[in-house]
Amino acid sequence: MTEPLLRVRDLRTYFVSARGPGTARAVDGVSFDLFGGETLGIVGESGCGKSVMSQSILRLVPEPPGHILPGSLVEYAGRNLLTLAPRELRAIRGNRIAMVFQEPLTSLNPVLTVGDQIAESAIVHQRLARPAARARAIEMLQLVGIPDAAARVDQYPHELSGGMRQRVMIAMALVCHPQVLIADEPTTALDVTIQAQILELLDRLQGELAMAVLLITHDLGIVAGQADRVIVMYAGQVVESAATPALFAHPGHPYTAGLLASVPRLDRPRTRLEAIPGQVPAATAWPAGCRFHPRCPYAWDRCRTAEPPLLEVRPGHAARCWLVEEPARREAPPRAAPR
Amino acid sequence: MTPLLAVGNLRKDYPGPRRWLGLGRPQHVVHAVASVSFAIAPGETLALVGESGCGKSTVARIILRLIPATGGSVEFDGRDMLALRGRELRALRRRLQIVFQDPYGSLNPRMTVRQTLREPLDIHRIATGGARDERVRSLLAEVGLGSELADAYPHELSGGQRQRVGIARALAVEPALVVCDEPVSALDVSVQAQVLNLLADLRAHRRLTYLFIAHDLAVVRHIADRVAVMYLGRIVEEAPAPTLYAQPRHPYTRALLSAVPVPDPAAQRTRVTLQGDPPSPANAPSGCPFHPRCPHPAKNDRCRTELPVLRELAPAHRAACHFADATL
Repeated sequence: MTEPLLRVRDLRTYFVSARGPGTARAVDGVSFDLFGGETLGIVGESGCGKSVMSQSILRLVPEPPGHILPGSLVEYAGRNLLTLAPRELRAIRGNRIAMVFQEPLTSLNPVLTVGDQIAESAIVHQRLARPAARARAIEMLQLVGIPDAAARVDQYPHELSGGMRQRVMIAMALVCHPQVLIADEPTTALDVTIQAQILELLDRLQGELAMAVLLITHDLGIVAGQADRVIVMYAGQVVESAATPALFAHPGHPYTAGLLASVPRLDRPRTRLEAIPGQVPAATAWPAGCRFHPRCPYAWDRCRTAEPPLLEVRPGHAARCWLVEEPARREAPPRAAPR
Repeated sequence: MTPLLAVGNLRKDYPGPRRWLGLGRPQHVVHAVASVSFAIAPGETLALVGESGCGKSTVARIILRLIPATGGSVEFDGRDMLALRGRELRALRRRLQIVFQDPYGSLNPRMTVRQTLREPLDIHRIATGGARDERVRSLLAEVGLGSELADAYPHELSGGQRQRVGIARALAVEPALVVCDEPVSALDVSVQAQVLNLLADLRAHRRLTYLFIAHDLAVVRHIADRVAVMYLGRIVEEAPAPTLYAQPRHPYTRALLSAVPVPDPAAQRTRVTLQGDPPSPANAPSGCPFHPRCPHPAKNDRCRTELPVLRELAPAHRAACHFADATL
């Protein structure tokens, strides 16, 4: 197998507060590989740690209160980004590894033209002169499908629609032709017809620029359409990882199965939705044993006391669930879920 | 059957930006709601669907008299909602409640769940003393919250629990019609399913009528009997839910349906991707408001100049497109 582009091992990001409920273990031992040219989907609900995880990769988590624990590894081109000197990290961030955020309006600088903001990376990282950087910005705006790019380049973020702003964000991220694009909920703030445009754009650009994309989303529909492989996160951990078709066809973890059953969908007969009972626990007090056991219809004694590791379901497919070792229990009728 | 709620030619205009430091005449009028008519029968759920800026929430707010209308009529139970004032309006409001999108923003952070639920009971003089406490307890049970949460403040609750409190508050006064304005769009998918199921159960037990405002056609499919799709302040298509999902006739409805991501990697879909952004209501296109983005192959000059009327294609199925009869 080829070498991964990005290797994440045992990443732990905690938030410590002097007062309040104690240490929040937001990301608690996450490991995965990202290979060149692939799209890896990271799915999970709010509070599962997916956004903190993606920000930790480029050390964008404010410290304090955040704290990436020693022993965490984010390896890119043979070096651990987490221990790199700030100068060296800056040479990679925005250049080789770039990021697109959810909120295009708050992530753009309101007092600079979009052209200046796109050109900035090219000036900093590639030492382009201003006129060349401006030409580059126009070229990028054309690439992301903004009509009349030569005029738009001098506009300010507030003059653009939400979809246009997200295109500008993508243009900014791609100026230096990064090898890795981290897209954190890139379409969540957008209307569904605009979301479809942006997803199509990301698809096209990934092919043209041969990038690897780490796509963080809460939407299983987006993952199904975009990702080659999927990682499901719950309570700061990876609970399942698999190739996209396998994950949707044979979800190994009851949480993944529960998520799939609770999505309202257009392609199936209308039935009552199967909700997952209860709610996501607080990051300051993950349950003992398997962190999903209080909400799991299959949970038995072992789940309440022993935390399962990621167990191999079949090659390339792993789930953090004791059912992998005791599959017979899957046949047992699950206890009725409370309403 | 006589409808519980009948909305006729509802209009809402906002003055456009003013020249001269905001002191001059407004430049142009923004038609947030251009002309909207629909009716809801008792016990029925009508969903009003559309993207941001289409006017769906404005319609809801006018019906509840939270903002005034520019024109048109709203009849609730045979009475003219827009003409009522004072005591009569308050009496009718008891029968007409709303559940908001953001359960955090719509709950008072300084009031416990118990106080939040008592308030409507006091205002409408529904119950006092022991009867009031009993009422609060049964409301909590009805929305699936334990009575131990009665003394919690909103910040101590999860998003799903807050939305349940918002629903309990709306139900406290025993309304006939509940307007649900994006009630699940701020919730995670597993909790969203819980709340959708709860709304469906409550409708069955209490024989409620819902006006369900949403942007997500997949969510709407699980709750609506009838669906009306809005674009730029107008209804462009309206049909019984099964018909709308199986045989959408307006190109915008088709595009909306095909833009919903399906959680199935094997789904081979012919996605209709719309070009461009929805135009601003301040600057609505001539003719059919959808024509600049319309992917319909037969699109012609008529679309650019003549506003298509919302006309009946089949019983209870209306669409506003010059080509709605032609099948694709």
